[in-house]
Amino acid sequence: MSESLLVANASGLGNSMPGVELEGVVRTFGGKRILDGLDVVVPAQERIGIVGRSGAGKSTLLALVAGLDEPDAGEISVGGAARADGRLARCALMPQRDCLLPWRTALENAALALENVGVPRREARDRAAPLFARLGLTGAEQLRPAKLSGGMRQRVAFLRTLLADKPVLLLDEPFGALDAITRAELQEWLRSALAKEPRTVLLVTHDVEEALVLCERVLVLAGGRVAAELDVGVARDAPRRELVTSPAFVELRERALEAIG
Amino acid sequence: MRRIWPPLALLAAAIGVWELVVRAAHVPDYLFPAPTAVASSLADDSGLLGRATLVTVREIVLGYLLAIAVAVAIAVVLHFSAALRRAVLPILVLSQTVPTVLLAPILAILLGYGIEPKLVVVAVVCFFPIVVNAVDGLRSADPELVQMMRTLHGDRLAIFRRVELPGALPAMFSGARIAATYAAVGAVFGEWAGSSSGLGFVILQAQPALDTARIFAAVLILSALALCLYALVSLGERVLVPWQPEARNA
Repeated sequence: MSESLLVANASGLGNSMPGVELEGVVRTFGGKRILDGLDVVVPAQERIGIVGRSGAGKSTLLALVAGLDEPDAGEISVGGAARADGRLARCALMPQRDCLLPWRTALENAALALENVGVPRREARDRAAPLFARLGLTGAEQLRPAKLSGGMRQRVAFLRTLLADKPVLLLDEPFGALDAITRAELQEWLRSALAKEPRTVLLVTHDVEEALVLCERVLVLAGGRVAAELDVGVARDAPRRELVTSPAFVELRERALEAIG
Repeated sequence: MRRIWPPLALLAAAIGVWELVVRAAHVPDYLFPAPTAVASSLADDSGLLGRATLVTVREIVLGYLLAIAVAVAIAVVLHFSAALRRAVLPILVLSQTVPTVLLAPILAILLGYGIEPKLVVVAVVCFFPIVVNAVDGLRSADPELVQMMRTLHGDRLAIFRRVELPGALPAMFSGARIAATYAAVGAVFGEWAGSSSGLGFVILQAQPALDTARIFAAVLILSALALCLYALVSLGERVLVPWQPEARNA
């Protein structure tokens, strides 16, 4: 099987690798400044983790980058595109809630983005099907979301996001509903998949360890700004068990938790 | 199927009491026929009632299909244009305040005494609950699903086809089920305004003859027709909306 897990179609967007830049971004909801002059630069192909308490503005940040929302002040650009439609064309967002369509089977849900760009239904499904085995979803292809476990639903949603073949992946708690073991397995899978075929990734999570395992840099969001920025300089190719118990890793985790407050 | 027994038992009991009361009090058939009298009318007039039923079934089914087609088409147009929605929806509500009984004779004058005015009356009676539910159903698409579609290359048409329309099907079927119970009444109104066949015409003819049992028989058939249509629509919902198990309990 091809090692190319992520490239699903030849839209061309997958080949240009835009970075993400936010400058002085302010977003207010009901008089409360959720984001208050946020500056973030994510170079192309970097994986950046965003951690913070509930309500710290993590999901708001992703919606803004995705072009689903506009800031009250400040600039956002994705691969040089500052307008919302340009950002939308470059970003695939995996929302916190899996948002699977209840009337579609797992396979049809996964193939959704392909159908949206005009790939015939049969072909879209044929392209999505081989990836089910990779994500441990064999046998679930013809089930509707109501028949899937929370973990399976999340994996289907994840697959659907990958198959959109966008250069920027915005993942909002992608493994939130999974049990610890599946979670670790999928983190490993994502780690190796992204190593083979890099994308720019913004990973929002409440799990500091997940961010440190998967990302090259971790931002701690607090008070609407970046409260801390951690470079994950440890040998990230090390097996997970060694990595998470290494002193450098433990220290990074302590610093992150402290910054979250 | 177990849900069907309680109402059936109650109905059987009511019919039994009705038979007993009519017989005990010696009520004449032309005033209030006993269930057995209605049954014998059904049997004796089966040829006449059968032909009339075929006519009325045609009106009901075609008129109902017309209502669905028009209602869904209007709902889709209103869904895509907020300006039209604001202008047309209040007028649709207003149109419902015009009694259909009064509309039927006007339609007969306009469209003649063939099947056309009956179809229009049935459609007018049935179309409102479908259009209102369809518009609501299309508008109530989960905004998060719409956003998800937008980040997955979904354009306006893709969002409509793959999110809004399937999501609106349960609401459309709710409207269609309500409308199914109106269709038979609509056909009768249509026939009363001018016709020479159909169950409504049978009722009209039986009235001066004081053939009350035949009227009851015709009404019975009309109820059965409405029930059949309702069951058919519910069946259609099971087939077309298989992901929504709670919709099956209605």
